[in-house]
Amino acid sequence: MDLAGKLLQLTLSGLAMGTIYGIVGMGFNIIYNATGVINFAQGEFVMLGGLIAVSLVAVHVPLAVAVVVAALIVAAVGLLLERLAVRPVSGQSVISMITITIGASMLLRGVAKLLWGPNAQKLPAFSGDEIIRVGPAALESQEIWIAGTALIIVIATQVFFNYTVAGKAMRACAINKAAARLAGVNVERMTLLAFALSAGISGLAGVVLTPKTLMRSSSGAPLAVKGFCAAIVGGLGNGIGAVVGGALIGVLESLGAGLISSGYKDAFALLILMVVLFVRPSGILGRNTDREGL
Amino acid sequence: MIRRTLREIWPYLVLAACVAAFPLVVRSTYVQFVGATIGLYAIMSLGLCLLLGYAGQASLGHAAFYGLGAYTSAILTTRYHTSPWLAMLAGIALTSAVAITIGRPALKLHGHYLAMATLGFGVIVQIIFHEGGDLTGGFGGIAAIPPLQFGSLAIKGDKLNFLLIWAITIMALAISANVVNSRVGRALRAIHDSEVAAQACGIDVSRYKLMVFVLSATFASVAGSLYAHYIGFISPDPFGLTFSVQLIVFVIVGGSRSVWGALLGAALMTILGQQIERYEAIKDLNTVVYGLMLILFVIFMPAGLADIIRRVTDRIGRKGVVANG
Repeated sequence: MDLAGKLLQLTLSGLAMGTIYGIVGMGFNIIYNATGVINFAQGEFVMLGGLIAVSLVAVHVPLAVAVVVAALIVAAVGLLLERLAVRPVSGQSVISMITITIGASMLLRGVAKLLWGPNAQKLPAFSGDEIIRVGPAALESQEIWIAGTALIIVIATQVFFNYTVAGKAMRACAINKAAARLAGVNVERMTLLAFALSAGISGLAGVVLTPKTLMRSSSGAPLAVKGFCAAIVGGLGNGIGAVVGGALIGVLESLGAGLISSGYKDAFALLILMVVLFVRPSGILGRNTDREGL
Repeated sequence: MIRRTLREIWPYLVLAACVAAFPLVVRSTYVQFVGATIGLYAIMSLGLCLLLGYAGQASLGHAAFYGLGAYTSAILTTRYHTSPWLAMLAGIALTSAVAITIGRPALKLHGHYLAMATLGFGVIVQIIFHEGGDLTGGFGGIAAIPPLQFGSLAIKGDKLNFLLIWAITIMALAISANVVNSRVGRALRAIHDSEVAAQACGIDVSRYKLMVFVLSATFASVAGSLYAHYIGFISPDPFGLTFSVQLIVFVIVGGSRSVWGALLGAALMTILGQQIERYEAIKDLNTVVYGLMLILFVIFMPAGLADIIRRVTDRIGRKGVVANG
């Protein structure tokens, strides 16, 4: 394959992976916007989504049903996490928030390891192992599913946040909790909803990702790191920004792995993260504000 | 004056006596090994305790500094036949330089951003250990690392390493206690409570933060060198994110605002972890237990075990006064 073809191939597969990072980044943003918390267990939501779907399909639940049920179960896990671990320390220092969600990520990872073992689990591709040709490059059909799911999630969340009462109420909480409460918004319920929504979306991302990359109990952490990179690059709190950031990271990572060295693949995203953090912490699309204690 | 000094140093003397007696009383090399491991973890926990508990800055990349110390020691002694002590010093120098380079921009970031920046740094360093080719030995690591030496006495085996590691742990404890009880310590606590207020009081916030960051990185580097010369073999595995997170668990469980707490947390969690690992049936429970402990402590005992012990000793002390009075 010539260089142009190779570049196209790497860019396309990078975009497919990047949209997953983008969805995980959106998951971070939804919780961050509503509560000011960065949820270090975000990657475990993705992992749980994938593994639950694997188990459901294994007991002959139809794939389409499994996708929905897995996302709902993960959403319930998000609810529980907020209710049992995050709410008891709400209003405490950032360090408490960081440690509590780190604890949650260890707990979920540990439980997943007990339930599914340490090995990678498989899920069949949604529409078979067909290959789709794009000029000189080839795409797995699952990569189309991934990108398509991401697109639907982006549109759905935009509609939710801009056109529904609950979405607007959640945005109000993000801007000013006290004012939102005065205006009759139930802030506690919105926080719960944010965790459920964020977990559900991430769980869904996990299900569509699993046929492409397999899923194991330890898969969450690297995905969370990439998702966080996406959220930071796009500007923390900015939903569309996360998707753009994710795509950017996916493509750079894919190009770096393909053209330079695959061993350093995971280092590229983190290098981008650190450069952005050090040079422009508000992200590429973010507002240039640096609030203390974020 | 003398009485005051005595009151301050008697805990160290008691600890030193226990350490000296330990290998004589406990013959099992396995228990000695666990004891030495606790010492190594305690050194790192002390550093992280200063950073996390006193300065209020979270680092999720401390395993990287541990690794930098270990790899510098291993590479210099096996590839360039440097003396182990010199290699250890080189490790400290390199780690400090890296900590300054990374700390300057990173410590400008607050809360979550700092945690993520240090996490990114930690993961990148581990990838470099993996991908370093002949220099780091890749996944296979580096074997045949020579032991530390005092004259003709080579520090080999669990007993001697236990004694050496704990001697250094006690030194680290004394240094940490000194930092905490000095001007610097008060400045750090002020920074923890409010950076803006600290700044307004004339505290050079970024200088103090960087200082304690470099100090805690140095502690980790020393522990890394000790580990490399003790075990004689290193691979990238122990120097990743998992261990950075474990260190946070040690510090939070022990009590992040007490240097003795750091020691206690490292001891308790290491013993707990070792016990769980020993039984095949519950081996996989380790991560669950660590995660659960972290959550429960942050919610119900944010000041950690040190706080419980403080309350108990306070109560005993008060009773004593009543009985005497």
